[in-house]
Amino acid sequence: MRVESAAEAAKISGYREALTELLFQLADDELVMGHRDSEWLGLAPDIEEDVAFSSIAQDEVGHSVYYFERLHELGETDSDRLAFDRGADRRRNAVVLERPNGDWAYTIARHFFYDVFDQIRLEALSTSGYVPLAHGVTKIRREEHYHLLHMRLWFTRLGSAGGEATERMRRAVRDLWTEIGGLFSLGDAESRLLEFGIIPIGAAELKRRWEDQVRPAFEEAKIPWPGSPAVPEIDGRKGEHTSDLERLLDSMTEVFRLDPAAKW
Amino acid sequence: MSDNRDALWQALQEVKDPEIPTISLVDLGMIHRLQVEGKRVTVEILPTFVGCPALDIIRRDVRKRLLRVEGVADVEVKFVYHPPWTSERITEEGRKRLASFGIAPPRPAGDNPMDIVPPCPYCGAEGGEIQNLFGPTACRSIFYCRRCRQPFEGMKPV
Repeated sequence: MRVESAAEAAKISGYREALTELLFQLADDELVMGHRDSEWLGLAPDIEEDVAFSSIAQDEVGHSVYYFERLHELGETDSDRLAFDRGADRRRNAVVLERPNGDWAYTIARHFFYDVFDQIRLEALSTSGYVPLAHGVTKIRREEHYHLLHMRLWFTRLGSAGGEATERMRRAVRDLWTEIGGLFSLGDAESRLLEFGIIPIGAAELKRRWEDQVRPAFEEAKIPWPGSPAVPEIDGRKGEHTSDLERLLDSMTEVFRLDPAAKW
Repeated sequence: MSDNRDALWQALQEVKDPEIPTISLVDLGMIHRLQVEGKRVTVEILPTFVGCPALDIIRRDVRKRLLRVEGVADVEVKFVYHPPWTSERITEEGRKRLASFGIAPPRPAGDNPMDIVPPCPYCGAEGGEIQNLFGPTACRSIFYCRRCRQPFEGMKPV
């Protein structure tokens, strides 16, 4: 089903609701990831990474704004309010992304796993029947390409470096593995998203493609493959989150809450 | 009112990228469409990067400049993503102007995604290296020229 605009989406029973769920997943993944990236500013291990993480953070937050604007067209409030004035129970990011940055190895491994997933999701959505989404992701994909190159290089270098780097990278992978499976969930809307042709593939296929792409990097990094990731107990796509997200939101929205009506 | 289209394009040539003041939005290939209906002008602009923080400034500059063109009473700036802006849209003139500002124009996207190092904008030498895929703005990377022995900036191929 090809749907050209928000106005058209509103005319099809159930379409707008399913689309809204997916857009929140996309926007919230990017916003939370972008915020975590920004936390490295001034603290990254070298000046080049400070530059890289500020650029990547800017891209991710910019992408979240693109999705928030599509939500606004569909009748939600404006992007600032969607970003800063929405409780944790209304957030749809994967739980693994709300976890604190940990050490550099955890940061790199999580970002690499997320970037591979995001590329696969974007590739799938480039044929979405919802045309405004297909157009945006085609552009976003070209930018995300550079994030993935960067993270893959770090992942394989640290993993194969030996000594403390390898030890920390293996630990990061172990820690991430219990929750990384949450990325693939499409929440309660999955069957309707597929039915309407908003996304052409479901959670199982997203995960299969992800494993196909991540496994060669494990070999290169000389990190043993931990097996297919399990489905975690709490699902961020259903609004289930941890106190880590509460703390992240407290910090991210601190300035906004001083005076929500202010024009910055 | 179609006779002021030339004047409008010329005016747009004067609106520069806020982050690279030698190159116009036209030469960056950012202007997708210009529509004139009576005294009302609509400009569709393709952002170079989705999260480009200069978009509000670009909107303001375009409005301000076009409102000075005779016969224009209202200007609407729309940011659109279809077709996507790609670095191939930069004109020949734009490539020259980038280089004159010390930013190497992008190498055409090749088969090898890592082969993005452009010739040095100062000495023209090939075979430089990537210092950082990310640079001072989202659309630039930092390279190193082995002949000049200095870093230089380049536009990312996207």
